[in-house]
This record gives sequence, structure tokens and C-alpha cells, in this order.
Amino acid sequence: MRPGSAQNLPTVTYTPASQLLSPVSLITSMLADLLASRELAWRLAVRDISAQYRQSMLGVFWAFVPPLLSGLLFIVLHQRNVVNIPDTGMPYPLFVLVGTTLWQVFAEAVSAPLRVVTGAGAILAKINFPREALILSALYQTLFGFLIKAVLLGGVLLYFGTPLRPKSLLALVTIFFLIWLGLAIGVALTPVGMLIADVSQLITLGLQLGFFLTPVVYPAPEAFPYSLLATWNPVSPYLLSSRTLLVHGTAAYLTPMVAVSVCLLGGTVLVWLLYRVSMPIIIERISA
Amino acid sequence: MSLALIEVRATGKKFCRSLKRSLWYGLRDLAGEALGRRGDRSTLRRHEFWALRNVSFDLYQGETLGLIGPNGAGKTTLLRILHGLITPDEGSVTVRGRMQALIALGAGFSPVLTGRENIYVNASILGIPRKQVDRRFEEIVTFAGIPDFIDSPVQSYSSGMTVRLGFAVAAHLEPDILLVDEVLAVGDEGFQIKCLNKIGELKANGTAIILVSHNMHTVSTFCDRVLVQSAKEHELFTNVAEGVRAYKQLVHPSMDGHIEKLCSGTPGIEFVKVDISHTELELGGDFHLRLYYRATTSYDDVEIDTVLLVARETSFHYQATNRTFDKRVDLPAGEGWLDITVHDLRALHADGRFAVAVWGRDRSEILFWWRIPVRFTTALRCTGTNLYHTTFLTHLSSSAEASGPAGEGSGGHVVSR
Repeated sequence: MRPGSAQNLPTVTYTPASQLLSPVSLITSMLADLLASRELAWRLAVRDISAQYRQSMLGVFWAFVPPLLSGLLFIVLHQRNVVNIPDTGMPYPLFVLVGTTLWQVFAEAVSAPLRVVTGAGAILAKINFPREALILSALYQTLFGFLIKAVLLGGVLLYFGTPLRPKSLLALVTIFFLIWLGLAIGVALTPVGMLIADVSQLITLGLQLGFFLTPVVYPAPEAFPYSLLATWNPVSPYLLSSRTLLVHGTAAYLTPMVAVSVCLLGGTVLVWLLYRVSMPIIIERISA
Repeated sequence: MSLALIEVRATGKKFCRSLKRSLWYGLRDLAGEALGRRGDRSTLRRHEFWALRNVSFDLYQGETLGLIGPNGAGKTTLLRILHGLITPDEGSVTVRGRMQALIALGAGFSPVLTGRENIYVNASILGIPRKQVDRRFEEIVTFAGIPDFIDSPVQSYSSGMTVRLGFAVAAHLEPDILLVDEVLAVGDEGFQIKCLNKIGELKANGTAIILVSHNMHTVSTFCDRVLVQSAKEHELFTNVAEGVRAYKQLVHPSMDGHIEKLCSGTPGIEFVKVDISHTELELGGDFHLRLYYRATTSYDDVEIDTVLLVARETSFHYQATNRTFDKRVDLPAGEGWLDITVHDLRALHADGRFAVAVWGRDRSEILFWWRIPVRFTTALRCTGTNLYHTTFLTHLSSSAEASGPAGEGSGGHVVSR
């Protein structure tokens, strides 16, 4: 303990006023907490992942099931001509399996923040640790989920004899943005989701709907107004580009992708601020 | 002049009684906060109440403040505001230095992970760096006393083992300010002593401590000041013994001051008047009652039950009848009185009731039964419910006179260490 004065100790003041009224100290503390939360985030991610796998018999099998199942369903429907899908520029099974796997990665990113933060409710209410750690942990867990699914992706690509091109590695960047977008949406929904249980239902519903509103199992429509699904749906540019990069080594929808990325950067800051300032309010309500 | 590590200024916090409304207010507050406009937070909305209001104090380095008060007085709320978990609705709180909390032991433990893995998770949540845990890992395991179980999942631990492991990690906190909330209530005595030693060690190192406890012994041992909280008000005491007394008044409010006259006679005997010597009782004093009666028949071999109930004790502080002292009491017919005296009272610091009952032979009939509120007015620096006269002597065994173990004044058995 430093003897003597307390002048040079870090000082924090809590008042009823909104934290947004003192933006400098808010942003400074956000960045400091982000740095401070790295180890904790890692620990939490390792904890959750090992707990999940240690209590499961089938383990990673569950990471493959959802994309495989919905993929196979559409492959069968397509083969039997139940659904009429235009040319996809690649074998349809390859198109669908890559699409559903990428969608699953996105879907997990959307639901991760609320799941992780809700799971930490008890310690949130009792201990003051950097709240950013939970989001970072959600990121790590989603990335881990992607790593497992990458095995599935690799298997599918190999099976269809897709040559590995150096440019295909760029898909890692677009997939990272896909995950980032999912997390940002998830974090935006977390504050309200912590207060009212309806939000997690809405997320499930929204993801089911989103699956059909995004060109996952069908190619991007070109006729207006359906073409908006590819250009104005923020998920589409990342998902479509990731798929064509993996298979053909070429990106698609570059302009929308840049536009979405710029919005995503700004949106991330807003969502982070919201998450940050909402924490005391949520804790007050969930643990009164 | 050193700065206070904690400055609390007119702080208040309100809560909502209705869940639905609470969530609705939460959503509105959320929107307000997001827009940077929280409006006036110091007015109560419907179904809201102040859980805490107008609390102010400073806490300096090396000082320990006890927060005591009945349940629902806002102690935990105050602690949570200090910890930065929730924001005050009124006033302000300034915290200087690194604050850590000894609140939720074993926070973040996952039941399926091993003790080893959980140590790292828990330490990380508490903000203890990994290197420090690596360095002290053996120490933590030994301290927790679970070397054989360290690689077993925590769900196979007994609850005591889990708590010990949680504390073994928390014992490596090195904060400038420590918050302690009732963790000492769990665990066996050996564990509690470890906890108290840790608190004492931090205090000696200059850590400012805020201690919430219902154990007045702990409070008196460690605290330099106490903040006595109740649902309505709060008061800061620099004299801990006074604070403890105020707390006891709060927890056991005086039993309305009225004598409960459960029975004052039967058709055969009437107790016309009772003289009570005094109801403000002093240590070592006597309590005297004179029961005037008028009886139409004589009541032989009655049994007089005397009971002293002290508010904070769960069982009788004292109970005896005339039979306890082999004393036969007869109440002959006519007018007369019965004297009852309890000698040398030893109760302290609390309100209580003195109950006197007179039974007919073989407890066949109750003739008289009153409960009289009394108050003990002792102002000694001790916290037990009793006080015994205790002597303290020191002896130097190496001095010339005390040449052997048969030295004078060493009564009792000799303990060597």
C-alpha cells in the first residue's frame, strides 16, 4: 500500500447524471476496460467451451448438425424439383452447404452476447469486473464455433474438388466481418433482452426469418425489388462474398460490403456505448 | 491532510415494488440514458420507494467502517453503489484507488470444471493477474485445504470446500479499498478465523475496509466507526459500542413499553396491585416485585415461575421457580403480599421482558401472569449478552522470584507452546 496521500490514485465518481454527459471519461474507461478484460474474456470463453464439451457425449457433432440438416433438406427439395432455384454458378449442394454453414456462424454470433451476458447475471450483480469481457468472450466463443465449422467447410470444399486458391483466404476477412456484424446486432439487443425475456424469442424468430430473407439457399435475386435482399440486407454482402471467395476466389457485392462495413464501424461504437451505459440500469432491475 | 478514499455525499437510491413496473422503468431509464437525458431522478414514480437516502460519510486509508442495520435497511444497496454496480439516484459517490470485494465467494465457478480450472476463472473475475495465481497456486490449494480434490470437478465438492476454495483465491486480493458483505457467515469456525485474519492483515496494511455484518463481535473487533442504517434513517457512530447498542435497539425495538397483563387473578384470589421496583436494570443490580393479593381461600404450595427474556437471545436468559431453590410458598386466605427479588442481574445492552407467573398446586390453575418490559442500561465496552467479572494478570516466568512452576498466581493448568 502506498503510504501517504491518495491524490495519485485512480478516481471514479458515481452520480445520477447520464454517463454520456462526460464522454471523455466514459470512452477512456471503456478502452481501459477493454484492455483489462482480455485475460478474463479468454478465461470465460475457455470455461464455457470446456464446460459445454465436457458435459456432452456427442461434442462437436452438434456444431455440424444444424447447417448440415438444413443444407441437406434444401438439397433434397432441389433435387426433387420441389423448389425452383436458378443457376447458382456452382454445384447446388456445395452452394447450399457453404451457405448454411456461414449462416449458422452468423446466427451463433447474433445469439452469443445475450446468452453470455444473461449467463453471467449472478456475477454481474455482485462483482465489478470489466463488462467488455463478456462481449469479448462471446467473440472468442463464436470464433471457436467457426473454427469447428471450418472443418466442415473444408470437408465440403474438398469433396466437391474445389481448388484452394490464395485469394480464398480473403474469405477469412469477410467471415470475420460476418461474425462482427452478428455480434454487433446481438450486443444491441442485449440491454433490452436482459430486461424482458421476449427479446431472446424475437432473436430466434428473427434468425429463422433472416435465413429466408438472405440469399443462403438461393442465389442473390437480380430483379427489383427482390434484389434488395442482396444489396440492402447487411448480412448478404459478407455471406455472398465469403461463399464466392471460398469457391471461386472472387468477391461479390463489393460496394454494398464497403458501405455495410463503414456503418458497422460506427454502429459498433454506438452499440458498445449503449451496452456500457445500460449495465447499471440492468443490474439494478435484475437483482433488486 | 490526506484525501478520503471514499466520499459519499447525500446518496440515495430508489427501488420499485412491482416487477412489471420496475422493468418498464428500466426500459425508460435505458432510453433516457442512451439519449443522455435521465431527467430528475430524485422524484419517486408510482410504486417506487427510497431504499437508501441521504447517506454521507468519508472513509480514509486504514480505516474500517461497519455497516449495520436490520434486513432491508439498504446496506447491500449502499455497498453496490460504492462498488459501481448501480448508480445513485441522488447525491454522489467518489472512490479513489483499487476497490475489490469479498462478496460472492467462488464467483464464476463452473460446476463441471475442476478446482484448478475454476481457480483461474475466479481469480480473473476478481481481477487477480494470472501470474500472481501461477506463483501462489500451491499456496491457494493448501489454504483451501483441498489438495486431493484440486483436479476433481467442483460439483463433487462439499459446499464448505467450495467456499474455502473461493476464499483461498479471494485472499490474494490486494486492494486499496475492500468491501466485505457477510461472507463470514458461511464456513466453519476455522474458516471464519482465516477470514478475520485476512481482514486484519489488510487493515494493518492500510486498506480501507467497509464491513457489512450482523455479527456484532466482528463489528466491534474490526471497525473504527459504524454506520447504523434503518429503512428510514442512518446514523454514523465514532463510538462503536454506542453504534452497536443503537443497532440492537433497531433490531429489537422496545416491546411497546406496556406490561402484558395476561392474568391478574381468579375467582378465589385477586392480585390487586403490583409494585415494580424499577424497569431500568443495571448490571449487578436487583429486580424486585411485590404482589398484593386478596384471597378468599388459601392457596398452598404455589409455584412461582420467573423468567427473564432478553430480546436478542433465542432462549431464556434466566428461568427458575421457587422449587429451583427448594422454597415452598403458601398464600394464606385474606389480604397480603408476596415479595419476589432476583439478585445480581447479569444481562447487558438489550431490552427484555421479565415474566412472572403464579401457579396453583401442581400447575393445576394459573393465578397470575404478567410480562413486564425492562431495559438494561449498561454502557460498557463489551458486546456479549452477559458480563462476568474477569481478572487479567501477567507474570514473568524468567524473573528471579519465580524460579519454578510452583510460582504463585499461576492457578489453573499450564499450557506450553
